[in-house]
Amino acid sequence: MSAQPLFELWVYLAATPLAGLTLTLVAYAVAWKCYQRTGMHPIANPVLVSVALIVAVLWASGTRYQTYFDGAQFVHFLLGPAVVGLAVPLAREWESVRKLALPIAGALVVGSTVALASTIVLAHALGATPATLLSLTPKSVTAPIAMGIAQKIGGVPALAAVFAVTTGVIGAALGKYVLDACGVRDWRARGFALGLAAHGIGTARAFQVNADAGTYASLAFALHGFIAAVLFPLGYALLVRSA
Amino acid sequence: MSDVLSGFTWLLVFQCAGEALVRLAGMPIPGPVAGMALLFAALLLRGKAPGALAAAAGGLGQHLSLLFVPAGVGVMMYVGQVAAEWLPILVALVVSTVLAIAATALTFAWLVRRQRDAHAQDAP
Repeated sequence: MSAQPLFELWVYLAATPLAGLTLTLVAYAVAWKCYQRTGMHPIANPVLVSVALIVAVLWASGTRYQTYFDGAQFVHFLLGPAVVGLAVPLAREWESVRKLALPIAGALVVGSTVALASTIVLAHALGATPATLLSLTPKSVTAPIAMGIAQKIGGVPALAAVFAVTTGVIGAALGKYVLDACGVRDWRARGFALGLAAHGIGTARAFQVNADAGTYASLAFALHGFIAAVLFPLGYALLVRSA
Repeated sequence: MSDVLSGFTWLLVFQCAGEALVRLAGMPIPGPVAGMALLFAALLLRGKAPGALAAAAGGLGQHLSLLFVPAGVGVMMYVGQVAAEWLPILVALVVSTVLAIAATALTFAWLVRRQRDAHAQDAP
């Protein structure tokens, strides 16, 4: 068979949502196999591996992101109901969660402050431009909230989403090593830290490792999203006014 | 209606309610996060999640990673924009994430220990 009909077939398929959707699921199936083969090694994070595979295919075939997303949006859409569903394990474990109100509140305040302050100090010290710095600040909260915050404080929403997703992958990949080095063995503390620093992607990793870790990760992910959405724009307005 | 389908329907209903609440109240949070809070409140009032809802939520939660992939691929569009400032961005993302994980976990574990020790002292 000559190359011409094959090329035409590819052009036809690539223009339908079917290609983007299939590519997403096939890449994820491969990534999931790798993840299981390595005994759920954190560096073989399925989000990281899937994204790398898909980006390679899109680049090699010269396909635009928008064309890909026309198909992948069906998977993306399920993120909404999945986040709503995180209420189920949380409600199931509520009796034990509420007894830990103090550790939860304390870790939330300390973790959120450290994430925010260290980002600003490091990015500023290394010469990031103001637009980049402002887009970096909400990196530890889930992408849709990070975009909203960036918009309110003068960052770039699309960059904020990129930084948030990257942070999630970094947290899910490095979390185990950081937590082991800190000597924290309590699954609740480990999960809470992953959800706070690495939002939904960290929560996904936590659920893969341990059910308790997953529950506390989703709690941290939701609480951090709530307080950041309210406090970041407020704090920024106060800073600007006082400057 | 099958179990999983009715569970999925409930998730969408709560997501819609969350979206409506956010719009009407002008809240700065995404609809699904508000929907999660509403569902959580409803489950606490009801006492227990219906089996269908637990099945649908569990099914989606099991492959939560998959759902982040399409947005993750979006990173490729910004490689050029990010390249000029890759050093501050990379250092800020990695170091700050490591620090945040360590600080959160250590604070949580320390406060749990303190609380337990306080309880132990209260006991006769």
